[in-house]
Amino acid sequence: MAYSAPDSADKALRMAMELDVFVGNTTIMDEEVYQLWLDGYTVTDAVSMRVRSGILEQWGACQAVLESDTTDHYRTFQMAERLLHCPSKLANQLLFQIPPQRQAMLIERYYAFDPAFVRELLGKKLSKGTKKDLDDVSTKTGVTLKSCRRQFDNFKRVFKVVEEMKGPLVENIKQHFLLSDRLARDYGAIVFFANIRFETGKKKLQYLNFEDFAFCAGQLIQNWTVGAVDSMVEDMDVDLDKEFLQDLKELKILITDKDMLDQHKSLVCTALRGKIQVFAEMEANFKNLSRALVNIAAKLMHTKDVRDFFIDLVEKFIEPCRSDRWVLCDVKAFLTQYMNSARALDAFKQQAIWERYMTVIRSCILKMYHE
Amino acid sequence: MPGKLKVRIVAGRHLPVMDRASDLTDAFVEVKFGNTTFKTDVYPKSLNPQWNSEWFKFEVDDEDLQDEPLQITVLDHDTYSANDAIGKVYIDIDPLLSSEAATVISGWFPIYDTIHGIRGEINVLVKVDLFNDLNRFRQSSCGVKFFCTTSIPRCYRAVIVHGFVEELVVNEDPEYQWIDRIRTPRASNEARQRLISLMSGELQRKIGLKVLEMGGNAVVGYLQCFDLEGESGLVVRAIGTACTLDKLSNPSAALLPACNSPSKDMKESPLAHPPSHGCRSTNNSPIHTATGSRLTQNFSVSVPTLIYTGMGSGGSVGKEGGPLKTLLRQQTQSALEHREFPFFTLTCFPMGFLVHVGGVVSARSVKLLDRIHNPDEPETRDAWWEEIRQEIKSHAKALGCHAVVGYSETTSICEEVCILSASGTAAVLNPKFLQDGCLDSCSEHRLEEPSPPSCGFCHIPYDELNMPFPAHLTYCFNCRRQKVPDVLFTTMDLPLEAAVTGKGCLIQARLCRLKKKAQGEANATAISNLLPFMEYELHTQLMNKLKLRGMNALFGLRIQISVGENMLVGLASATGVYLTALPTPGGIQIAGKTPSDISYEQHISNMQKKINETIAKNKELYEIIPPESIDEMIGSPIPEPRQRSRLFRSHSESSDEVSELDLSHGKKDAFVLEIDDADAVEDIHSLLTDAPLPTGFYSCNTEIMPGIYNWTSGVQMFTSVRVFRLNNTNLTNQGLNKIFNDLCENLLKSLYFKLRSMIPCCLCHVNFAVAVPEDELIQVAVTAVAMTFDKDQAQENLKLYVDKTLMKVITENEEQLQFPLELCSDSQSGNPFSPIKGTGLQENAGMHIVPSAQRATSVDYSSFADRCSTWIELIKLKAQTIRRGSIKTTSSLEKASPVSEGHSRLRSTTSNTGCTVAVVKMTPLSFIPGAKIIKYLGIINMFFIRETTSLREEGGVSGFLHAFIAEVFAMVRAHVAALGGNAVVSYIMKECVFMENPNKNQAQCLINVSGDAVIFVRECDLEALPVQPQTSAAQTSSSGGEVPA
Repeated sequence: MAYSAPDSADKALRMAMELDVFVGNTTIMDEEVYQLWLDGYTVTDAVSMRVRSGILEQWGACQAVLESDTTDHYRTFQMAERLLHCPSKLANQLLFQIPPQRQAMLIERYYAFDPAFVRELLGKKLSKGTKKDLDDVSTKTGVTLKSCRRQFDNFKRVFKVVEEMKGPLVENIKQHFLLSDRLARDYGAIVFFANIRFETGKKKLQYLNFEDFAFCAGQLIQNWTVGAVDSMVEDMDVDLDKEFLQDLKELKILITDKDMLDQHKSLVCTALRGKIQVFAEMEANFKNLSRALVNIAAKLMHTKDVRDFFIDLVEKFIEPCRSDRWVLCDVKAFLTQYMNSARALDAFKQQAIWERYMTVIRSCILKMYHE
Repeated sequence: MPGKLKVRIVAGRHLPVMDRASDLTDAFVEVKFGNTTFKTDVYPKSLNPQWNSEWFKFEVDDEDLQDEPLQITVLDHDTYSANDAIGKVYIDIDPLLSSEAATVISGWFPIYDTIHGIRGEINVLVKVDLFNDLNRFRQSSCGVKFFCTTSIPRCYRAVIVHGFVEELVVNEDPEYQWIDRIRTPRASNEARQRLISLMSGELQRKIGLKVLEMGGNAVVGYLQCFDLEGESGLVVRAIGTACTLDKLSNPSAALLPACNSPSKDMKESPLAHPPSHGCRSTNNSPIHTATGSRLTQNFSVSVPTLIYTGMGSGGSVGKEGGPLKTLLRQQTQSALEHREFPFFTLTCFPMGFLVHVGGVVSARSVKLLDRIHNPDEPETRDAWWEEIRQEIKSHAKALGCHAVVGYSETTSICEEVCILSASGTAAVLNPKFLQDGCLDSCSEHRLEEPSPPSCGFCHIPYDELNMPFPAHLTYCFNCRRQKVPDVLFTTMDLPLEAAVTGKGCLIQARLCRLKKKAQGEANATAISNLLPFMEYELHTQLMNKLKLRGMNALFGLRIQISVGENMLVGLASATGVYLTALPTPGGIQIAGKTPSDISYEQHISNMQKKINETIAKNKELYEIIPPESIDEMIGSPIPEPRQRSRLFRSHSESSDEVSELDLSHGKKDAFVLEIDDADAVEDIHSLLTDAPLPTGFYSCNTEIMPGIYNWTSGVQMFTSVRVFRLNNTNLTNQGLNKIFNDLCENLLKSLYFKLRSMIPCCLCHVNFAVAVPEDELIQVAVTAVAMTFDKDQAQENLKLYVDKTLMKVITENEEQLQFPLELCSDSQSGNPFSPIKGTGLQENAGMHIVPSAQRATSVDYSSFADRCSTWIELIKLKAQTIRRGSIKTTSSLEKASPVSEGHSRLRSTTSNTGCTVAVVKMTPLSFIPGAKIIKYLGIINMFFIRETTSLREEGGVSGFLHAFIAEVFAMVRAHVAALGGNAVVSYIMKECVFMENPNKNQAQCLINVSGDAVIFVRECDLEALPVQPQTSAAQTSSSGGEVPA
């Protein structure tokens, strides 16, 4: 321990303190202690961390004071936790008098999560089994088990509440859990991933962080779910539009029809000649790349293949490009041109589906393409 | 049938799940008043039921209306088994019985269960239709207003202060009835809660009757306490000050009569009525008749208590001194002699009410509680208290005083032994304020020029040639006309007009004394033998600590002695100040016993050095700069106002004074501490171990902190409780003292740390309560309020204050007493940083905030004289304007401030974003800084019991008590909000009895709180100074939802 041992008198006094409480008419909640509590530290750990922060010298307090203060705060947070599980209750409960801006802080922080932790859990089923394995996640990420459990429970709670709700997912989360726009979006992504159970844990996907996935989830929710076409529809944002997935089969014509494939290639090559560094590689690889993208589309009607969506994107498209040392702007130029050129194919009738598919694919790949 | 009570049950929310199968609840509500019960329909399968019931109507006597609480029980309907109770709400409908208080009770109340705590909320609507009852033999006293506030409530004017009212009722404690062996803990707790609620109602009604008999309409400084005597029973007792109050609907209108009829300026001041005799009510309570046993004494020891003032103790009645005092006394006497007890529970008075203060008077008595079998003798307890009050009265007489102010009564019970304590401050009240008919004679016999308000109360009331105790007297350092003691102890608040140098601070004396375990009379004798020594030691400690801080007076002194099985614990708390009128305290000198020993000498000189350093440090900390400028002034001409004094004294002022002063400044005055035994060494050590206040913090146990006036809006009331277990069985007195001292010091340290985000701030009304709940446990509970103030503005405000003070002083001396009301209030009405002290004279308290000309020692007297002349001119000018009928002589720079506009704008935006639960402020003070109380909605007096049989699961004793205190706060806030209020003032936690049995995994706690529910509005429009940005978001901000639309 970094701090010096408490003197014996101090210790004796604390040992004999049978009861020690402080209750304010306005509930006092120290943000630093709140964070330590959220981070899952024990009172003892929290006290030693506070000691290290130099708070004692700053206020001329002694260890016993800090211990009492920390214990008191922890107790307060434990009592308030029940309310944080249903944030709307916090505003109209009577037990704690907390100013509204403090309430917002409490909620936002309670629902905040560690990027490392959520990356581990993304796409996993939020089941008891997963919860049991949290100690492994804890060891791996360095996030305390207690904090892991809180975060897991948060995910599960949000999932359960919005799973059966009508209307836009993110908006529902925002309304029901009183979260900020950003946090609600992140939860939207988590719920979406948990629901579809996308595979994110493969070694090849390890380079992707939560933010990358959250962005992709946003794209998918915006474009590929039922809610994307009709916001008044009774269904939810959490499931992909089955009809659309079925229709994606029809895109196969782009690779099965030899003429169309050639025409598509020439259109793209004409447009990109001289504009990208990897033109030769692109020209040589065009058919492979196009086949890869269309095959991904055609497979999406199977749930299993939907789960492999991200791994497919990486294996079939991102990795080949990367091995040919494409730079991001070349990828961007290619995908834009690849998408747009299909419009000029007279025989290609599935323009709307193509647009809907490619918009998402393009932005997902661009997000996932780390140079 | 003079009243109809109407109740509507609207809805419930957040109900607990009562049916595990469906995770829902089938709730319905029983509404009970007296013996009538109504039920709502069952609202099936919901945790948020909407009953929207019809109006349940109870036709009842107003006597019942006063006694009975409305009882609302929420239950879960069960088809096959008995319905399960979810919880209860008790609503005291007393506030609805006064036309000036609340008109409707409407809001969400926490549903409370004594085993589970709060379980959801219920929305209730309550109204009362009251028919006028002119029967003069009635048993009810509807309409008498009750205030916990110990000063005349703001927005009222005291027409007459009638005096002391007291009453007590007794009953068997349901917890100790035979039936308790077969009923559930819940049933037992509920029986107790209900009984106490009933008894409180009855007590309040009886006190109200007394007030009506006296011709009053209100009780101010109402203090109700419970004595849980275990087997012997349950006593509910209350004391208060009966008054006739007038509501100030429009402050400016209230001022007018004063200037129309200058000769009757006293109308604005309270007149004490000679009260009628025999006002003790004789009606028997229904509760009495039900009891089978009663309290009595078979043993009683009255403990001679010290009278504190100056240095001495105890004493005989002094002979009447000069003609002046005799006259004064006669006048006062004539007004007070009819009174059985000329006591006042008020701690703060209208200007001019208090003439002199003698010192603290207290009395203690040890009684043995016993169950006797004579139910027809209910007066035993009355007799006990009467005995004590008589003692207090005679103590006051010994100090040459006829009245006792700041009076309070307490008990401490351990098994069958009970210590009754009473204390107050002996005082001489202004005869012209005390008697109706003697106004004229007063002015005729005005032998003595009224003392300046800033120091008058310090002047000794007793005869200097025949003092009741040895004390050093000197001439008043303020007016130099009369004698003052060297030290003054009082139980009241610092008068607003008092001249104070520097800031005040909380001073505590702490003491434990071991006692052998004993039974019955032996035990009581042992205790009563210990008491005088404890009092003496506490007194010595207080005196030492006072000197160590370079101060000379204590206000708000409260000495608590708690009795346990094997020890007595004493705790004295007070606010030390340096009264400008009193002499500079000498230092502390240590004297050794063996001067020959060199190392010992060195040790002593080291200690002496330390003490001197501490005194110097403290003086700096509390900004005590001894008014040496005054000494230099002595030779120079006396300022103008003073020259008009007609001297009835045999000696002239100047020469005598000089010699007296010289004496007081010599080393002779130094307080000598002799180190002749281990105890003394320990005393000195403990003196020096008091931790200094952290920077930015001040503390006091009075209403206001001397030296701080510019409060900002941050208010944080809190309760902190600690229980310490003594593990060491072989404790010595010293060891015990150290533990107790550390316990209190650490508690204070924790509070400072907890509230650090509010700096600069002051802990006000710090109220410690000690108890010895079990053999090896010491319990300390603190309730106080932390208030933020504006440090940067301090200097400027001080100047403002000094100016105003000067104006005030001159106004008085010009004998234009009828005008200062307008003059000062006009220029000060917008004063946001002043704690508005209602004194009953007018709502706008501007004129009463008169610290002193001497507060800032930088004010030298020559400029004082200069200013006098110019101010006099100005005042004359103003006076003329007023005579012509134009009162609007407002010179307020404040009102012109552009900041105020910005503020009101800010407000209007924030108030729109109000949250669903209205913010309710709580404070032990009688005011809210920066706000004006516009309505008193009634008294809040609540008693709760909480019990658990799953202590560990609820987070141990701390978790249990933490939750309970938070629940009590929540229920108080809910009741206030339902009355339409947004704050509780004069809040106190009178009782916090905690019992545990960790082996059985059980604990029980009883809490009794009270206060005044009020509506306040922010003085935003009047704010002259920008409120400092809130230093912490944790404190209650002035965000929306506070002010009801």
